[in-house]
Amino acid sequence: MAIAPVVNRRDFLKTGTAGGVALVIGFHLTPTAFADQAQDQEKKIPNPLDAWVRVTADNNVTLILGKSEMGQGVMTALPMILAEELCLDWKRVKIEQAPTNPKIYDHGTGGSGSIAGSWLPLRRAGAAAREMFVSAAAARWNVSRDTCKAQNGGILHGARKNFLTYGELVSEAAKLPVPDFNTVPLKNSNDFTIVGHDTRRFEGRDKSTGAAIFGLDSRVQGMLFAVIARCPVFGGKVKTFDATKAKAVPGVREVFAIDPVAQGAFTAGGVAVLADNSWAAIEGRKVLQITWDEGPAASESSASLRQQFLDNAAKPGKVVRNDGDADAAISSAAKKVDASYEFPFAPHATMEPMNCTVHIRPDGAEAWVPTQAPQWAQQVIAGVAKLPPEKVIVHTTLMGGGFGRRYQADFVMEAAQVAKVSGKPVMVFWTREDDMQHGFYRPASYHHFSGALDAKGNLAAWKHFQTSTSIEAMWSPKGEENAEKSEFATAAFIPYQTANYRVEYTLAKSSVPRAWWRSVEHSSSGFVVESFIDELAVAAGADPLEYRLRLIGEDRKIPDFTNPKENKPLDTARLKGVLRLAAEKAGWGKPLPKGIFRGLAGYYSFESYTAAVVEVGVKDGAVKVHRIVYAVDCGRPINPDGVRAQVESAAIYGLSAALHDAITISGGRVEQSNFHDYQMPRINETPKTEVHVVMSQEEPTGIGEPGLPVVAPAMCNAIFAATGKRIRRLPVRAEDLA
Amino acid sequence: MAISFILNGKAQSVDVSPDMPLLWVLRDTLNMTGTKFGCGMALCGACTVHINGEATRSCTTAISSVAGKKVTTIEGLSADGSHPVQQAWMEEDVPQCGYCQSGQIMSAVALLSKKPNPTDTDIDDAMTGNICRCGTYQRIRKAIHRAASMQAGKAKSAA
Repeated sequence: MAIAPVVNRRDFLKTGTAGGVALVIGFHLTPTAFADQAQDQEKKIPNPLDAWVRVTADNNVTLILGKSEMGQGVMTALPMILAEELCLDWKRVKIEQAPTNPKIYDHGTGGSGSIAGSWLPLRRAGAAAREMFVSAAAARWNVSRDTCKAQNGGILHGARKNFLTYGELVSEAAKLPVPDFNTVPLKNSNDFTIVGHDTRRFEGRDKSTGAAIFGLDSRVQGMLFAVIARCPVFGGKVKTFDATKAKAVPGVREVFAIDPVAQGAFTAGGVAVLADNSWAAIEGRKVLQITWDEGPAASESSASLRQQFLDNAAKPGKVVRNDGDADAAISSAAKKVDASYEFPFAPHATMEPMNCTVHIRPDGAEAWVPTQAPQWAQQVIAGVAKLPPEKVIVHTTLMGGGFGRRYQADFVMEAAQVAKVSGKPVMVFWTREDDMQHGFYRPASYHHFSGALDAKGNLAAWKHFQTSTSIEAMWSPKGEENAEKSEFATAAFIPYQTANYRVEYTLAKSSVPRAWWRSVEHSSSGFVVESFIDELAVAAGADPLEYRLRLIGEDRKIPDFTNPKENKPLDTARLKGVLRLAAEKAGWGKPLPKGIFRGLAGYYSFESYTAAVVEVGVKDGAVKVHRIVYAVDCGRPINPDGVRAQVESAAIYGLSAALHDAITISGGRVEQSNFHDYQMPRINETPKTEVHVVMSQEEPTGIGEPGLPVVAPAMCNAIFAATGKRIRRLPVRAEDLA
Repeated sequence: MAISFILNGKAQSVDVSPDMPLLWVLRDTLNMTGTKFGCGMALCGACTVHINGEATRSCTTAISSVAGKKVTTIEGLSADGSHPVQQAWMEEDVPQCGYCQSGQIMSAVALLSKKPNPTDTDIDDAMTGNICRCGTYQRIRKAIHRAASMQAGKAKSAA
């Protein structure tokens, strides 16, 4: 068994590789070797007229997208950056998905990092291409470069009133030396005509006509459709199976077992049923006879995990942060507040179930993958096919939702294994039940807080104990190194000033796979911090908005305690800015209609600042969310309407886990199976959502996830205003409202 | 045995198992992938098509029950995306991931054919069977109202 290097999510997203690759390729990776491998992947700066923009002689301009589109809008926002520097007519631009080539493209799409990470590189690439056209035109006209100007998809010579389109210049421009990316002149932001303007989604038409091709829509001549029967218990294996009945189902072509792949891909293995169509594969699987070896996880349940949480909470944890002496401050405090919060596992539940289509031939392979990590998919398939990665063509398709689920390579590994055995092109697809029961879930966690107030209501101490089924531990060789690393983020550098600040952590063991769920650790960290500060505000007899602003205090930059090297500090002025803006737009402090109450939360995540005021009514043991008012500061918004759309989306995603069902475990398996027992919000529950975007000049930062962490605490703070009851476990239960 | 029906205005015949759901006939037999698989249990609405004008979940509709009937899929709404509901969807920039939107649009078209000027409550009643994990519901509501006014405008100018 190969050893996976310890990687945290930031490293992982940067290099786009992880331990799984080591296993697939089949050699041991020491941390040094891993660094070498990452080095190999360092990008060479390519000719932008090849890598980023293609112009034909008849002046068709195609911009290339190196990231994956899963609904978050990169297929529009990233080309907008290129088009801006290239001075293109946006209406004439075509956009194409890049071929998978990690030597050129930084494909990995996650961590709300696409815009932040691509802003400068794409500006430089676009500007370099523009300058090449300027040089080509100047040479053609035999004039000084200074007298030529890029405009509307071509180069204008003002004095001569001459205009050449990029199409007319491309054959000369492409042969010119590429300008130095570090010195190439970038446009003045005052001249932006595309960036910062509301722009409709490029692929919106295809998504309104049924023409958009998602992974599940991949069609290849001679392909088979396959489903896999997996052990319902996590970690369980096939003992024996009888395929006689399955093979008798009309349309079923092949039935065989595939092995589980542990560290890295984390697949369950099982029995694959390949058929002429999806329906036959599903019907064949129904009549498979399999005896499972359920393994040691069969005794795990949500109840046993909760007991583990409580046992852990009864003992001190590993000290993550310790400023001053929180225990002493709490014991001598004027006022003390204690609260415990609990979160269950949460599924991604993308509307398009997992799937991957692979064709492995002796001399090469081709795959159609709805993935956030095409470079990883390529390595996984190459490893199984025993081919060099360059021989594996990976087409990144549109994704019917990602939310972190599609950063995994499990579904790719399975498809590669099945395609390798079959030799035919095969789509391995998951049914909804497969998706619900064999996912990677947002960690379950338990938190205990103690806070102390001095006589003026100021924060004398903040103590946070957490135990959870860590994501980081999934990737650690022994399953426990640095387990806390993926579990706190902003909860370990809260903006509320206190001299006595202690954070402790204990890893809870579980067989349930965990991964990055929309907003990752911020979904729980945001909830506990913004719920507990609200409890303290009430204890201090203060208005929740005023109290937050008072405790945040003066303008300053707070280093990211969990990752000081990256130098991405929390700017308190921007956090206060969104809190004030959301409060103002929501009419904070003004009277509300009878039966409506409001709550507030503000939070920093993915280098962006969000605040939300949520208005609720509580009646007959049910919560009705009437209105959400957001203020968001994600630096310079590339596509402001795209920003609003992402925040509207994150609100519903956050409300889903806060108001509806949880993933629960019994007998080592997931109890939920489909949308009847895992309910999600529907249109009739949708509140009016307003999103106020700060038109900032700061560097652009993430927005796919930052809308999420504030919605649940703001809602629960509103429930407190309505009922006097604190919601300390999610999802909200009727008995917690009474 | 061949089963015949009218698909998007044209005669269609398929030779498949009679209990095969219409969804898989469309997607795998006929390679019409605009209609989506979401749950297989008529819980999410991603597979919504019209059968004799009624919004129907194709994932639980056996192909045998469609014999002789008129089936309309997202591909049959318009040849060029010009249907008012599709236009409204683009103008309100409704789709995010877009996977559920074929089903949402088919449900919306069925609603507007019965109630040309729906209230928010009418929209809730007609659209609650369609899940959108990206949470585009607010824009779906706006787009339906916009499509209703577009259709009303058309009817007016025709009259």
